[in-house]
Amino acid sequence: MTLHNLDQIYRQAVLDYAQHPHHKAPVTKADSCQIEQYNPTCGDIIRLALPVEHQTIVACHFDGEGCAISTASASIMMDLIIAQSLVTTKEQIKLFSRMVTGDDGDYKMLGDAQMLAGVTQFPARVKCATLPWHALSLLIQQIEEE
Amino acid sequence: MKIKPSDFPILAQQVNQHRLVYLDSAATSQKPASVLAALNQYYTHDNANVHRGIYDLSQRATTAYELARDKVQHFIHAKRREEILFTRGTTEAINWVAQTYGMTHINPGDEIVISYMEHHANIVPWQQLAKQRGATLKYIRLAANGTLDMHDADKQITARTKIVSITQASNVLGVVNPIKQIAALAHAQHAVLLVDGAQSVPHMPIDVQQLDADFFVFSGHKMMGPTGIGVLYGKRDLLAHIPPAQFGGEMVTTVSQNDAHFQPLPWRFEAGTPNIAGAIGLGAAIDYLLTLDMVEVAKYEQQLIQYALESLHKIDAITVYGADDVHQTGIITFNMAGVHAHDLATALDQLGIAVRAGHHCAQPLMRYLGVAATVRMSFYVYNTLDDIDDTVAAIKEIKDYFKK
Repeated sequence: MTLHNLDQIYRQAVLDYAQHPHHKAPVTKADSCQIEQYNPTCGDIIRLALPVEHQTIVACHFDGEGCAISTASASIMMDLIIAQSLVTTKEQIKLFSRMVTGDDGDYKMLGDAQMLAGVTQFPARVKCATLPWHALSLLIQQIEEE
Repeated sequence: MKIKPSDFPILAQQVNQHRLVYLDSAATSQKPASVLAALNQYYTHDNANVHRGIYDLSQRATTAYELARDKVQHFIHAKRREEILFTRGTTEAINWVAQTYGMTHINPGDEIVISYMEHHANIVPWQQLAKQRGATLKYIRLAANGTLDMHDADKQITARTKIVSITQASNVLGVVNPIKQIAALAHAQHAVLLVDGAQSVPHMPIDVQQLDADFFVFSGHKMMGPTGIGVLYGKRDLLAHIPPAQFGGEMVTTVSQNDAHFQPLPWRFEAGTPNIAGAIGLGAAIDYLLTLDMVEVAKYEQQLIQYALESLHKIDAITVYGADDVHQTGIITFNMAGVHAHDLATALDQLGIAVRAGHHCAQPLMRYLGVAATVRMSFYVYNTLDDIDDTVAAIKEIKDYFKK
């Protein structure tokens, strides 16, 4: 049998992020800037909370129900964006989206999130990787409109 | 089972360098060569529009199309051929009933009763109807073993209930519901009963008269037929008093500037050029199933299920939903501790095994079970004990992989 193909996405480090996610804590009504996103094809759900002060993300956490790929993606994303400006974060969201569509490029700015590039080998799972990023993008839009 | 490997050409292929094991027949079944041949024969030799040409080709197409209706009638033991209406599938059939019978018979304050084990197709049309007519949508609860709670059914179906709509077999739990008992409860309150047969007709003998269903709906593609063809069965006396769901050609006799006269049943409901090839393909699927004998089909699937359950119970990380003795159709839904359903499905796909992961278009049931996503394997007559052995071996290997 050949499960080694799975190594392209389920690397040890990705599984570590999925099994022990960073910044995972209940998102409650008390959280001021928050969003819920749902993936209707699979049932995954994610809630992000993101206090922003002076155009900078001062803290962030998430909760929800998700597979290893979406949980690891959310966990890595939150490590990356904390204490960052919204401008830089928006740049990274665009980069991540380009990376998982299989475009060649320089993705160093994405740090550990580069480990998720292998999801392009599993087209049915690209949405799992992008779900948290998509939620983040919508939340930033929401914050900027307020 | 009397199945030759050549009956299902699609199964003789490798996926990701492994023998394809197809375990998603509850989503759609594979098609036997005889169904493919019937479609090919129709388009190669007999293609013409039905009920209008006076030439030979159109006659042949019409005869084949109407013969398919007879085959469906006999297959589900309907009393009359005009009680068989062709639709696009189960979803369209339920929508037709909701928007015709429902719109003309449901009034503010009335109740529509469904259950927690329904597919979205048997939930959303009733939600919309309830909103449009100011009615209440009620759900029958499930018992702890996953079956319908019949005490609750008795409570939920009241004098205000006008429509009861229940699946005969669950697309998640494999449970088969006591339709006759539910029909008795509904009829005692002068309500009509719609039975969703999408997951039962492919797997067991069906007698709509014996079930006493007022409406009975199912899809062709889950029973070896093509996609885009399905059936709405309705008791003639009911159908006779329902307006058509759609209007246009084929369903009319005479048309004047401001009005039209409609055809008798069943054509009154079949506006526009119907899915002729689909109906012919469905007829061929019924022929194939009859050669297998539906009693034997049900028995064989029971063997597969019992074997699969025994094998799965030996893996300690696996939780199967629904008690063992309630699995009456070829469906097992489960989860593995520590591995999310989607990750498990991706890993199985790497080994050539096709399963469904997610909410199975039954979100209220998932919430009821308290799970966000599950893995579902669903069997049909072309599956074998080898398929189950390979799948169980794969699950064990995947369990170790994710423990690394």
